[in-house]
Amino acid sequence: MSYISKKTVKKHLFGILIIFSLGGCGGETAVDQATRDGILIIGNTSEPKGLDPHIVSGVLESNIIGSLFEGLVVQHPSQEGVALPGVAEKWYPSNPDRPDEWIFELRKDAKWSDGEPLTAEDFLFAFRRILTPELASDYAFMLFYIRDAEPFHKSQRAYLIFRNDESFPVKWESLKKVDFGPNEKADKKTFNRKGLDHLTAKELETLQATPSHFNWPESVAVEIRELIVSKSLEFAKSGRDLWELINFGATAPNAHTLKVKLNAPLPFLAEITKHYTWFPVPKHVVLEHGTIGERFTDWTKPANLVGNGAFKLKSWRFNDHIEVERNPNYWDADNVGINGIRYLPISNLFTEDRMFYDGLLHITYTLAPELIEYSRTHYPEFVRNELYLGTYFIRTNVTREPFTDPRVRLAFSMALDQEAIIDNVLQGGQKPAGGLVPPFGGYPTSSAVKFDPVAAQKLLAEAGYPGGKGLPDIEFLTTDKESSKATAEAMQAIWKKHLGANIKIKQMEWTSYITNMFDKNYDLAAGGWIGDYMDPLTFLDMWMKDAGNNRTGWSSETFEKLLAEAGQTSDPQARYALLAKAESLFLNERPILPLYWYTRNYLIHPDVKGWDPLLLDNHPYKFLKLQRDTGAMEN
Amino acid sequence: MFRFILGRLLQGLLVLFALYTITFFLAKAMPGEPFTTEKNVSETTKQYLRKLYGLDKPLPAQYIIYPSKIITDRDFGVSTSKGRPVRDIIAQSFPVSLILGLGAMSFAIGIGIPIGIISAVRKNSWVDWSLMAVAMVGICVPAFTIGPLLQILIAANVPGLKVAGWGNPLDFLLPAFTLGLVSAAYLARLTRGGVLEILSQDFIRTAHAKGLSPTRVILKHGLRGGLLPSVAYLGPAFAAMISGSFIVETIFQVPGMGQHFVNAAISRDEFLLMGVALFFGFLIIMMNLISDILTGILDPRVRIGKAAQ
Repeated sequence: MSYISKKTVKKHLFGILIIFSLGGCGGETAVDQATRDGILIIGNTSEPKGLDPHIVSGVLESNIIGSLFEGLVVQHPSQEGVALPGVAEKWYPSNPDRPDEWIFELRKDAKWSDGEPLTAEDFLFAFRRILTPELASDYAFMLFYIRDAEPFHKSQRAYLIFRNDESFPVKWESLKKVDFGPNEKADKKTFNRKGLDHLTAKELETLQATPSHFNWPESVAVEIRELIVSKSLEFAKSGRDLWELINFGATAPNAHTLKVKLNAPLPFLAEITKHYTWFPVPKHVVLEHGTIGERFTDWTKPANLVGNGAFKLKSWRFNDHIEVERNPNYWDADNVGINGIRYLPISNLFTEDRMFYDGLLHITYTLAPELIEYSRTHYPEFVRNELYLGTYFIRTNVTREPFTDPRVRLAFSMALDQEAIIDNVLQGGQKPAGGLVPPFGGYPTSSAVKFDPVAAQKLLAEAGYPGGKGLPDIEFLTTDKESSKATAEAMQAIWKKHLGANIKIKQMEWTSYITNMFDKNYDLAAGGWIGDYMDPLTFLDMWMKDAGNNRTGWSSETFEKLLAEAGQTSDPQARYALLAKAESLFLNERPILPLYWYTRNYLIHPDVKGWDPLLLDNHPYKFLKLQRDTGAMEN
Repeated sequence: MFRFILGRLLQGLLVLFALYTITFFLAKAMPGEPFTTEKNVSETTKQYLRKLYGLDKPLPAQYIIYPSKIITDRDFGVSTSKGRPVRDIIAQSFPVSLILGLGAMSFAIGIGIPIGIISAVRKNSWVDWSLMAVAMVGICVPAFTIGPLLQILIAANVPGLKVAGWGNPLDFLLPAFTLGLVSAAYLARLTRGGVLEILSQDFIRTAHAKGLSPTRVILKHGLRGGLLPSVAYLGPAFAAMISGSFIVETIFQVPGMGQHFVNAAISRDEFLLMGVALFFGFLIIMMNLISDILTGILDPRVRIGKAAQ
């Protein structure tokens, strides 16, 4: 036997050594090389759903789209809530006392990456496209501030036909409460499920013949029902587009001016336009590959994609990397500090951190909680801990005992020892949440939420559960992540200790968790919210009665009145005061139990210059620079 | 032989159809739908999305449409979570998994079979015991332990090797080794058992008596029969290796196929789920067939066609 093994092993070892020596490259890491080439390498968790700004809805897609496209204004690299010129050189409200109409003066040298001029028409096309119902954009609601955007996107045909019709026997306002559908829960055999406004001409004819196919509330007179159906049928038959019925707020007085009329004053409109849903798309390219409402077309394929950002797409290997390079047609190309960005879709947190330590990445997407302590000890100069615009909270189901009683909700909130959970379980430097809206800018941060177990016990006793006696078993719904479990168990112990409550933890994978939460099939449910833009409203309007993410069963007319009032207030300070009042009311009722304000933990190589903390983490890449930091990575 | 292959292929079709049926109904039985998100998506938008993906049709229609489209247009649907055709996703990730799987297979065979032979030849010696102990460890220690250990101990210290990533020729070494290790351990045990059984047979004694060298007896006569259990094992094991591994892929950042099995289920991406499941089923069937044919070539006793008579 011996001659087989020894010889072959020797041969193989020799081969392996040769391979290693060929592969070795003298200690320079990938990051060193990339810094020299001006290429930023950045972890980006996962493969994007796509690069069409109108179809994606995630943070990781936003990171890439932010390099390929540019909106009307650009985020300042270090100052929160400050807008710098993007495609727009200037922007201002037509009437400064009531900022419900904004003028954006576009730069005349703005171009697409293929050299074609970028005009206001591209913005109008983009707005219409994201609102087109057939495109089914997840994020279309970000444009609902624009006049008539919402009824068009929601295809509210009947409303649009009759709202200005003088001959209509009743005021449309009186029909506002009627549920025209679509209603997922409605009987399959009725048209309520599909929704009156979505019925085809053929279906409307059927309905005309057999009115019982649609369940109307008693309050709607028969003649009105018939009128709505017949006029809808007439419109459906005409083959016209709903777009013709609306008076869309965005217009282009000329090729380089964009005028946006809003439903209500919005002093922070520029902030909202930083979001990619407001970015332009190249009309000439999109239409070359399909129609305006077509979702699956080839215009975002690497060979076809045309953008207007500081960078353009260089290569895209599925699940491996996306690389962008300088866009020579960008209006500010001379001032772009780096030559390109390489995004790596690394889903495993530990792998990402190991790759960073191995010199393969400039910036990680995140830092595994388990590695925070290790990183702080071994690589203190690379660890960043920054506040993020997000709040972690626990939803209570106010339609179920015992959380129907606000005193119980308050008691559970006051018994939450936020600091103990942060210090012992999360260990990510999170901030105890004093309220719903995280601290930022000039908004008065709430400190209503406080740990006070004695007061909590008193409140619980007042509600009829002294020492937790009589409390039913409470189900705590959370996700199947290991960290969710640890947090849930900590809260379980805390509520047992301070309130004598019995909590049962129910872990579910993501979609089941969301489905159960949406169906209000829980007592307590872990949750959180990351702000879409820099304004308290992004945290407050989700608690309105019909908002898609309320899911607690809680609502308050006063709360909604305050928000509506704030919506009509132009003075920023007065507006903040009204929103703060609404937040305070909300916290007094406490349908959710705020736990902490998010922080972002990540690793960053010192070669990266100009990456400053930003609450929304929306770093404008064009201001970054890569310079060899001599003290870096010596260990 | 031809009839055998044809029969097995027809059987395979039936198996695929059963697999499709089970996957389809399991996917439908999961709570939620692909468009369940935390975002404020209106019911109107969800309706349009369902229509776009054909998920608004009644279940029986959906059940029939999917396989018919595969047969007529080779269309496996569009992934709801990745927004691109499932066929493209498989076409992009399978070659990666194939390279990784071939590497893993080479490691498995290159390590497992020699160890098995040595153990069999030196049976009940300390060599045998220690090799088998190592094999046992290889079977028991999971990839999510071996992988990170290799990253920390080897990749971080050997120049030219990266802890993770895919693109350079050397990048496949560590993931392939991790993926192949379990199979290597199984192969070692199977080979040892197979060779031992053969070595106790009369024809081996005859070969020795005829004066053949011990090496020749083992390699020519012992291995031929002794490898049978390993060949039977390698068919499906190879299919599993080339269809990717979620754990190895995520640890080493390999853009292979394995992660789609898990991610598709989590995101309720039923088209991707059915696509990869059917593709995997197809691979298993083909590999089993090849392994059966090889077994027949190696072992005259089970030579196909005759065995049945």
